Amino acid sequence: MSETILKVEDLKVYFPVRAGGGWGAKTLPLKAVDGVSFSLHRGETLGIVGESGCGKSTLGRAILRLIDPTAGQVVWLGEDLASLSNTAMRRKRRQMQIIFQDPLASLDPRLTIGEIIAEPLRELEPSLSRAERRVRVEDAMARVGLLPQMINRYPHEFSGGQCQRIGIARAIVVRPALIICDEPVSALDVSVQAQVVNLLMDLQRDLGLSLLFISHDLSVVRHICHRVLVLYLGCVMELASSRALFDRPRHPYTQALISAVPIPDPEVTHRPILLEGDLPSPLAPPSGCVFRTRCRYATDKCAQTRPALEDADAGGHQVSCHHWKEIAS
Amino acid sequence: MTAAVEQIAGRSLWQDALRRLRRNRAAVMALAVIAVIALLSIVGPWAAPHPYDTLNYDYIAIAPNLAHGFFLGTDAVGRDLFVRILYGVRISLMVALAATTVSLTIGIVYGAVAGYVGGRIDEAMMRFVDVLYSLPFMFFVIILMVVFGRNIILMFLALGAVEWLTMARIVRGQAMSLKNREFIEAAVAAGARTPTIIRRHIIPNLLGPVVVYVTLTIPQVILVESFLSFLGLGVQEPLTSLGVLISEGADEMETAPWMLIFPAATLAALLFSFNFLGDGVRDALDPKDR
Repeated sequence: MSETILKVEDLKVYFPVRAGGGWGAKTLPLKAVDGVSFSLHRGETLGIVGESGCGKSTLGRAILRLIDPTAGQVVWLGEDLASLSNTAMRRKRRQMQIIFQDPLASLDPRLTIGEIIAEPLRELEPSLSRAERRVRVEDAMARVGLLPQMINRYPHEFSGGQCQRIGIARAIVVRPALIICDEPVSALDVSVQAQVVNLLMDLQRDLGLSLLFISHDLSVVRHICHRVLVLYLGCVMELASSRALFDRPRHPYTQALISAVPIPDPEVTHRPILLEGDLPSPLAPPSGCVFRTRCRYATDKCAQTRPALEDADAGGHQVSCHHWKEIAS
Repeated sequence: MTAAVEQIAGRSLWQDALRRLRRNRAAVMALAVIAVIALLSIVGPWAAPHPYDTLNYDYIAIAPNLAHGFFLGTDAVGRDLFVRILYGVRISLMVALAATTVSLTIGIVYGAVAGYVGGRIDEAMMRFVDVLYSLPFMFFVIILMVVFGRNIILMFLALGAVEWLTMARIVRGQAMSLKNREFIEAAVAAGARTPTIIRRHIIPNLLGPVVVYVTLTIPQVILVESFLSFLGLGVQEPLTSLGVLISEGADEMETAPWMLIFPAATLAALLFSFNFLGDGVRDALDPKDR
């Protein structure tokens, strides 16, 4: 793989939450992201998967400083974004953009799509003339498959898939190096999902983008991602190349996730590993390994010490479990 | 791409709302009534046969009389009631316009900043509004009038200064709910600064409820002005307003009922129309109606 463009180190995002009501209520930290580390290479797609509420979206927003991280570092090309001033951070936004989950909600209903797509240009490349901006907007629209004569229409006049294309056009118009895709296809029909996923893959190839692909849909992740990070309750469970993760998941949580993916073949009898219980509250996460309350291999050791992310093989497969060796055999 | 490709014009949410408003008969009628009354009050005094302040001692308190050009009769000192009502409408509409503009400008900016910025700034700004709210309005106006003398401009200011408080609260609430919408986050990611976000994204999106509130504020302001004039705190003789006319008419209602009926009917027609228009605008902007 080529150079590392983004390195996240021990990133933590805690939200203060008032526990109980009335006067003198204590504020507890809600640990949305709790010590996540990974790196991303140029031109690579890293999938971030996990069930709802595990901190996927918060992680993506913290990297872009849409939410301020509580601790840790986000190193972008050797510079720590978390410690930049707001003005300096604003200049960095040209290099990193985001695509949102709800396509319509992420577009201002009062602006035409031409104005929406031009907004990052207007803010981040103010030296462009009106005509130059227009050319860039039309170029971005053409890349995502929007007809140039639609430039004066409003978001509510488009379908969900088209709205997502508008969102993608807005993200690529400043020619960023990284796009964080926050569940970009979850709100779309399956047929449209495929179009948007393929569009993203084409754009990645043509523009040399790195993608951080946040999703809970494992089939889509397997299709688009080079590497996958499995998140549970704000902690990394496993990080591996897409093939290694799906062929040979090492963490019991990953195994359960993958076994839950439906197989489109009625002949195959399918027995998913069922996880018991609910996701614990991130206000009071379990001691030691956060997954132990739902893990069938859990022992006393799991309750006492938190497992570190360790290398499982030479190919960069990392897993955070005390018992992965026994489970594998 | 060739530049010759024909553009498809989009239809904005405002254009949609306007279309719905046009289909609402009551609202269109109300708008027509307001337009006619406003136009009359502007053009009428020039065309009318008598000036508004000439005393005609030969025609004191006569009933409507077409032969002498007193279409709606005269008042207790023989002034033409028709022209005086038109002047009254002028004052009422001017007060309404000025007070609404003042409240709109201050209220939107103040509320949008408080709501979007939030935190301590919001807290401080809204407590200031609470303090102003708690001052008794009449007391405030009377003191102003006593200190500075009776003055229309002062009345505009006094009304505007009170009306913006509610506006600011409404706008703040809207801004707070808009703040958490994804398109605002998208604007931050696009590098927009806070003032830009407030101007480009927050204010245009909260105008819907604000427009509705404005159409309901206008009759309220007219009513308050009439009330102040009725109490003798409003405009000064020989200038008049609907409230003054109604007050004078009420004194003579047994001997010269037209002096009460015509100004009161005009005021009622105006208020009705504004309320119907307000209803229409609210329906037109209601997204659930789509």
